[in-house]
Amino acid sequence: MAAPLTPSSEAELAETVAGATGPLRIAGGDTRRIGAVQAESVLSLSGLSGITLYEPGALTLVARAGTPLAEIEATLAAQHQWLAFEPMDHRALQGSAGTPTIGGVCAANIAGPRRVQVGAARDFMLGVRFVDGAGRVIRNGGRVMKNVTGYDLVKLLAGCHGTLGVLTEVALKVLPEVETSATLTLAGLGDADAVAAMASALGSPFEITGAAHDPGAGLTRLRVEGFAASVAYRAGRLAERLARFGRAEVETDAAANAAIWTAIRDVAAFAGRRGDVWRLSVKATQAPDLVARAAARGAVYDWGGGLVWLLTEEGADLRARLGHFAGHATLVRASAETRAQVPTFHPEPAPLARISAGLRAKFDPRGILNPGLMG
Amino acid sequence: MQMPAPSQKVIGAKARIVARLRAALPEGAVIHELAETRAYECDALTAYRCPPLCAVLPASTEEVAAALRICHEEGVPVVPRGAGTSLAGGALPTADSVVLGVARLNRVLETDYDNRFVRVQAGRTNLSVTGAVEANGFFYAPDPSSQLACAIAGNIAMNSGGAHCLKYGVTTNNLLGVTMVLMDGSVIEIGGAYMDAGGLDLLGVICGSEGQLGVVTEATLRILPRPEGARPVLMGFDSNEVAGACVSDIIKAGVLPVAIEFMDRPCIEATEAFAHAGYPMCEALLIVEVEGSPAEIDHQLGLILDIARRHDPVELREARDADEAARIWLGRKSAFGAMGQINDYMCLDGTIPVSALPTVLRRIGEMSQSYGLAVGNVFHAGDGNMHPLILYDANKPGDLEKCEAFGAEVLRLCVEVGGCLTGEHGVGIEKRDLMGVQYDPADLDAQMAVKDVFDPGWLLNAAKVFPLASSQARRAG
Ligand SMILES: Cc1cc2nc3c(=O)[nH]c(=O)nc-3n(C[C@H](O)[C@H](O)[C@H](O)COP(=O)(O)OP(=O)(O)OC[C@H]3O[C@@H](n4cnc5c(N)ncnc54)[C@H](O)[C@@H]3O)c2cc1C
Repeated sequence: MAAPLTPSSEAELAETVAGATGPLRIAGGDTRRIGAVQAESVLSLSGLSGITLYEPGALTLVARAGTPLAEIEATLAAQHQWLAFEPMDHRALQGSAGTPTIGGVCAANIAGPRRVQVGAARDFMLGVRFVDGAGRVIRNGGRVMKNVTGYDLVKLLAGCHGTLGVLTEVALKVLPEVETSATLTLAGLGDADAVAAMASALGSPFEITGAAHDPGAGLTRLRVEGFAASVAYRAGRLAERLARFGRAEVETDAAANAAIWTAIRDVAAFAGRRGDVWRLSVKATQAPDLVARAAARGAVYDWGGGLVWLLTEEGADLRARLGHFAGHATLVRASAETRAQVPTFHPEPAPLARISAGLRAKFDPRGILNPGLMG
Repeated sequence: MQMPAPSQKVIGAKARIVARLRAALPEGAVIHELAETRAYECDALTAYRCPPLCAVLPASTEEVAAALRICHEEGVPVVPRGAGTSLAGGALPTADSVVLGVARLNRVLETDYDNRFVRVQAGRTNLSVTGAVEANGFFYAPDPSSQLACAIAGNIAMNSGGAHCLKYGVTTNNLLGVTMVLMDGSVIEIGGAYMDAGGLDLLGVICGSEGQLGVVTEATLRILPRPEGARPVLMGFDSNEVAGACVSDIIKAGVLPVAIEFMDRPCIEATEAFAHAGYPMCEALLIVEVEGSPAEIDHQLGLILDIARRHDPVELREARDADEAARIWLGRKSAFGAMGQINDYMCLDGTIPVSALPTVLRRIGEMSQSYGLAVGNVFHAGDGNMHPLILYDANKPGDLEKCEAFGAEVLRLCVEVGGCLTGEHGVGIEKRDLMGVQYDPADLDAQMAVKDVFDPGWLLNAAKVFPLASSQARRAG
């Protein structure tokens, strides 16, 4: 394979795409090689890097798409701010190297455990610049908190995995870091009870920012964050509310909390274990039943059960096993052969598939951006 | 403001079109006498009016599909309508159009507290969604000031916000799924009772598409548990600059208030005369509200008041009980009404980076002088979403035009300082011709390409959002 194309400016990237004679695989940090992209050439965003604007008082940061996530996180941390949607780091799970970039995070609409409270990347993306499949430079949104001027293509680009356009710059809403966090842990709950406990917590006024369950370890975790006094109060009230599920241990040490939630965020339970990894977005209360049907090697629940990670034997078509359910399943890790056979993304009902294909034909008329990834 | 000339062919076929719609819909669902169609001639942007060819009021997704199929076959433009409270003219008809009102689609279909969602028909009013779940301690977060009247359908079309969106986000952050009928009558379902719909984020682009992609008939909405309590504090300052700096400091400090509302002197004076909320007479006033348990509220307000004191406030007023809290909100909530008592007004909706507040307020003041039109500012300061209310006299020749020119200049200024034309009201017809200020032709073309996919014939609300010249070729074809 030829060396990656590494344009060093948006204009150059636009030229590269316009002049491309064949399909391109778009690489941010190249930490998530999902799907079966059929492309000889790699288009790397590594040459488009750097924070172009950061206004802590306006909670806004603008960065070129190839900017390493770590650089953004360090810059924010210096001002006690952060990306509240807690983007996961895929490297351990994928067994990949590379440097996660902000463009990759946005193009895949990544989110971590805090999604239940604050949302995903899409909910923090204020504006984008991108190059579509014809090499046109397009701008949408802006850098202000509220913006309904014209269609929200920002959302469409978030989660399009590069198939509608190559992000060149993103504007993000950032938030102040929280002062403290506490984790309540319930031990020994079955999946159904764990989901019920998480639903009870999430339905309380105590502002849960993480609700996860690891059946393997038999631990159900709930996180509260904020000012110290408030965290102590809410953790206490929550423990009372959940008394019928057992006695909750409360962890308040900052480093211990960070370790617990980083492991959940990055699905550490499956890192280094053999098998395919699936990610299910489901109705939380239906999750235990689906997990039972999946007959998987391992399962991890996040988002109160709305997100389920499954470790299955290699080559399994999980979707066939589950049958129809409300939600969808994404194949996140598998061998190249499996990825060539089993679609990465859940097949859409025909009317939606038609719309998606229609949009792709408009934004990428030659079908050269990550072809084969989303259909 | 121009609208495309209506199709004489469609107008000539009115009798047949009405007959077909009546045959497909229940008794009383088709309104076609001029005396009655007048009820649909405008929305809350009352400066522009035009009775439609007819209006239809279907009561189910199937009826919506039947009506659209007929309009599609007949090549009739369709204007979807919720409650008609749009301030941007989003629901303004043309003489050759069928207004499709969803007000009869108002049922709650499912409530689920374990999974925290409610599924409703889209014509249901915003406030009555909360009404359906509040007995169980839940609420639907986006709260436009018009929430008593406006419909979820309109909220989705405009991606509406509200006073509390600083903490909870706007419609798009609280929408999980929709059932939508495309112009050709086909029904699609996107998302549902789970956190992210698969595939491309179609939900994200439908939200805020101003009725141009399809007619939304049902919605799955995220509901949240009610906080234990909430309490506002009122602060007065002797300049807009200082109030603006205070807003910025509060945001930086890590306190996340649910609302930070701003009013300037003209607005304070008008609301005092109208609502007698007992506001201090000063240059600028902030209402900041926080939530939580009583102790949490005390703590957060303590931090906020410390910040405020550093800015030499002329007044700091904490609500000691529910009654005082209501009084603090009273003036803010009656602000639009109060300004309306003085004169006709145009309500702008540009958003700016919070850091630009002082500059922009000063420039608006200067423009007010040079145009000779009074302006009051009342807005969501926490997220920079401004609402300058420009007063004019509709009966005075030339005043509306002068007011529109003033408004356009303010919006240009918003874009110039890094902001946008509209933060929550939408483009509609009102800001349509200013779109070129914010977006290049290629940017607009990419947006129109989305409509090409959903509505290839450009029959749905086609004369809105995009400058007529730029959508001309598509609308004609
Ligand atoms: C006093 C006042 C205060 C307001 N305060 C706020 C505020 O705080 N925040 C805010 O965001 N807005 C506010 N608004 C603006 C307005 O209320 C919102 O835009 C609201 O969402 C419109 O809802 P509606 O049901 O009245 O829609 P309509 O006015 O009927 O229609 C609005 C748009 O939605 C489209 N539409 C309607 N139904 C459908 C459907 N079923 N499918 C697809 N498209 C559809 C229409 O074609 C139109 O483009 C205010 C308005 C007034 C008059």
